[in-house]
Amino acid sequence: MNSPIELQPDETFVLNVGPQHPATHGVLRVKMEMNGEYIVNAETVIGYIHRMHEKMGETKTYPQFLMNLSRMDYLGALGYSHGHVLVVEKAAGIEVPERAEYIRAIMVELNRIASHLFWFGAFVMDLGGFSPLMYALQDREYILDMLEAVTGSRLTYCYFRFGGLYNDIDDEFIAAARSFIPRMRKSLKKYDKLVTGNVIFRKRLEGIAPLSKEMCRKYGASSAVARGSGINFDVRKNEPYSVYPEFDFDVPVFHECDSLARYNVRMAEMEQSLRIIEQGLDKLPDGPIMPAKKPKLIKPPAGDYYQAVETARGSFGIRLVSDGGKIPYRLKLRSPTYSNMHLFDEACRGMMIMDALAFMGSLDLVIPEIDR
Amino acid sequence: MSLTLLNVIVAVVIAIGFAALNAAYLVWAERRGAARIQRRPGPNINGPFGLLQPPLDGIKLMAKQLTIPGGADKVLFIAAPVLAMFPAIMSFVTIPFSESIVAKNMNVGVLMIFAFASMGGMSLVFAGWSSRNKYAMMSSVRAVSQAVAYEIPMLITTITVVMIAGSMDLMEIVHQQAGSILHWNIFPLLGNSHNILMPMSFLIFFTCTLAETNRAPFDLGEAESELVAGFHTEYGSMGFGLFFMGEYANIVIGSCMTTVLFLGGWNAPLPFLSFIPGVFWFLLKLYLLIATFIWIRWTFPRTTIYGLLNLSWKILIPLSLFNLLFTAGLIKVF
Amino acid sequence: MICEKTKLALQNLFPAPVAEEVPAEDTGEEKDKKAPKQPRLNGLLECDYAVHGYHLDAQVAPDQLLNAVTILDESEFFLESITGVDWIKDNQLEVVYDFCRYDFDLCRVVIRTRVDREKPSVPTITGIFAGANWHERETHEFFGIKFAGHPHLVPLLLPEDADFHPLLKDFKA
Repeated sequence: MNSPIELQPDETFVLNVGPQHPATHGVLRVKMEMNGEYIVNAETVIGYIHRMHEKMGETKTYPQFLMNLSRMDYLGALGYSHGHVLVVEKAAGIEVPERAEYIRAIMVELNRIASHLFWFGAFVMDLGGFSPLMYALQDREYILDMLEAVTGSRLTYCYFRFGGLYNDIDDEFIAAARSFIPRMRKSLKKYDKLVTGNVIFRKRLEGIAPLSKEMCRKYGASSAVARGSGINFDVRKNEPYSVYPEFDFDVPVFHECDSLARYNVRMAEMEQSLRIIEQGLDKLPDGPIMPAKKPKLIKPPAGDYYQAVETARGSFGIRLVSDGGKIPYRLKLRSPTYSNMHLFDEACRGMMIMDALAFMGSLDLVIPEIDR
Repeated sequence: MSLTLLNVIVAVVIAIGFAALNAAYLVWAERRGAARIQRRPGPNINGPFGLLQPPLDGIKLMAKQLTIPGGADKVLFIAAPVLAMFPAIMSFVTIPFSESIVAKNMNVGVLMIFAFASMGGMSLVFAGWSSRNKYAMMSSVRAVSQAVAYEIPMLITTITVVMIAGSMDLMEIVHQQAGSILHWNIFPLLGNSHNILMPMSFLIFFTCTLAETNRAPFDLGEAESELVAGFHTEYGSMGFGLFFMGEYANIVIGSCMTTVLFLGGWNAPLPFLSFIPGVFWFLLKLYLLIATFIWIRWTFPRTTIYGLLNLSWKILIPLSLFNLLFTAGLIKVF
Repeated sequence: MICEKTKLALQNLFPAPVAEEVPAEDTGEEKDKKAPKQPRLNGLLECDYAVHGYHLDAQVAPDQLLNAVTILDESEFFLESITGVDWIKDNQLEVVYDFCRYDFDLCRVVIRTRVDREKPSVPTITGIFAGANWHERETHEFFGIKFAGHPHLVPLLLPEDADFHPLLKDFKA
């Protein structure tokens, strides 16, 4: 496609892909300067759902802050809770029983599949195919039912505690999870035939929005945005935490750098999560889910601590600055979509608006996570 | 039919009534079809199988307030939905449903229908421009370029059929396809032209009908997820209702034309089945085509604007021109 | 080994080798129980990864910041986040930069600077890492730290006309 010609200032108009828009997955505003269908300049305006979680981190005690984490990214909430409990356990030196670690890993992977299914449905709907959304949501319902039976919530979980979990899983959950895995594998094959092989879909995504490795590095992108550009970075493998070194799984990396590569990465990740769940269920040890000795009041020693985990959207980091008290001195939440979204302004110059919106879909945005 | 004024008026009213009823109940059919494809029930609360849904939706739409955005061009704003609905319904007047069921047969039937179809494109421009909304304007620009691009292959394939039939009269075209399925213009092995490339023309015509009526995968004009609701963003209440019904009426017209030109109109596929009245065959073919429209919409994602325009200008027009010349050659030789 | 290389490169920024020792607390006079902790001097510390979660921790003066970040950029680190911390008791604001790597040679580096609370000003690193743009805007609006040279330092998450800084410890809503 040809790039647009040099323009006079009054030949462009400003189109507000406003806070209320079916395609922007939340309240996000992008001020686009357009020349006909081409974007000359884009400026992302965020902050419409800013709730100041970091200030709440400075006024709530450690246990009181547990529920804030699932309100950030509601689709993949368990991954965020995992990061939080890990950093506080690291700081306060709390031991976690092995059974709890395994259950945590299984739950996080189930949540990751649910989040990717929702992304898949919403992404294809953005491109105009309305039916895969219904199929993906139906598969997701199985996961949500399983998780609800154990944790009590469908979406905003508050399941992990410092030291372990508050509720153990029972045989019903294990049976449901074991029967879910082959069903999900069949569904993935169906999505492959219905969507991935579709020629219109491929034409929409091939070659759209190439992101170079250098650009990903400058912005700190992670998850499918980096792995679709050939960067082999997954916190579970690069910086292993919790019980992930015990599992045998691959990290899908594609080198084409375009939107189709990002799509393929996420579809392949779902299969790898199924493998982790299978191995987790096989290796699940017996034992307690909370440590025998737990401090009554969580007071990590003074200093700063950092923990990164791999959530559905990328590398989520928590930086905890503690002064020895029972309330954190500073709690910084590094959200992956914040860095991924930042790319958009620079990368979408010269694109057509249809392609820019397909690109936005492939970045897998959840706006409350950007705004915290 | 005797040409008394009363007869003509009654016939026209019945044709318009058929069109309006179809447009209303196609909404129901689409919603049920979409629901089946998406594994959910669809409207089934209002009346048996949800059959009362369209009239109730109509009542709801009429009861809503018709808002006109400040600064909008009032005349064009109100004229646009009327202009969307009117040509589609008027085209029904000359479509032959069977040997004797036609409101007013004209010997330039094909020309009249395509003239009315082109008028429908004006409503897109009026709606987008008069709404004073950038989204609406952008989408009407896209829709107009799409309409222009796809009219051309549609007309070229129609000219092919008219050449074979030797007349623009719709009745005449259907008469020439009488016989059996192999006489129809889609597989004319025994018919007038022994042109084996006619199925390709049929596909081209079908694709162009999809594009002319702004149906997925060519529905950039209404691209819901990008431009909110496209050229009818600012319309509520009955304005929206009229656009909707106009779109379905266009679908019915497009399917009628496809049936008449390629699928043999009211002719039965095999000669011994012609004891079943022609109307039944016509309606069967019509509704099969409409079911295909609905099926395609809910299966495929949307194309890009450049993909769409490339398809038309670089692929469909050369192919249809080639078929035209090929048919002309065959007619000359045989 | 990238850790070693980076450590040496960063250490070169500091003229006097003050590096791996924590300054002794009781070299001198009063053994007051509540002796105020010595403020940390500019220098490089190697931290225990299992306890703290990062490998290298360098405290620099604001004018050495760009040199330190350039060293990391040349070694292919990526900017993970920029945090502000309000040390109201020391009357200082601290800006903490987290860096990490994409390859399997794991090395997390933290760079800190401390500035005065009254007139906080730090040079911007958007020239080196374009992704610092949003992080610096956020730190500015929450703490009031000015990033000299930033192309568009307006509030990001708060409303455009906000002139208050919520994460300061003495902020009353």
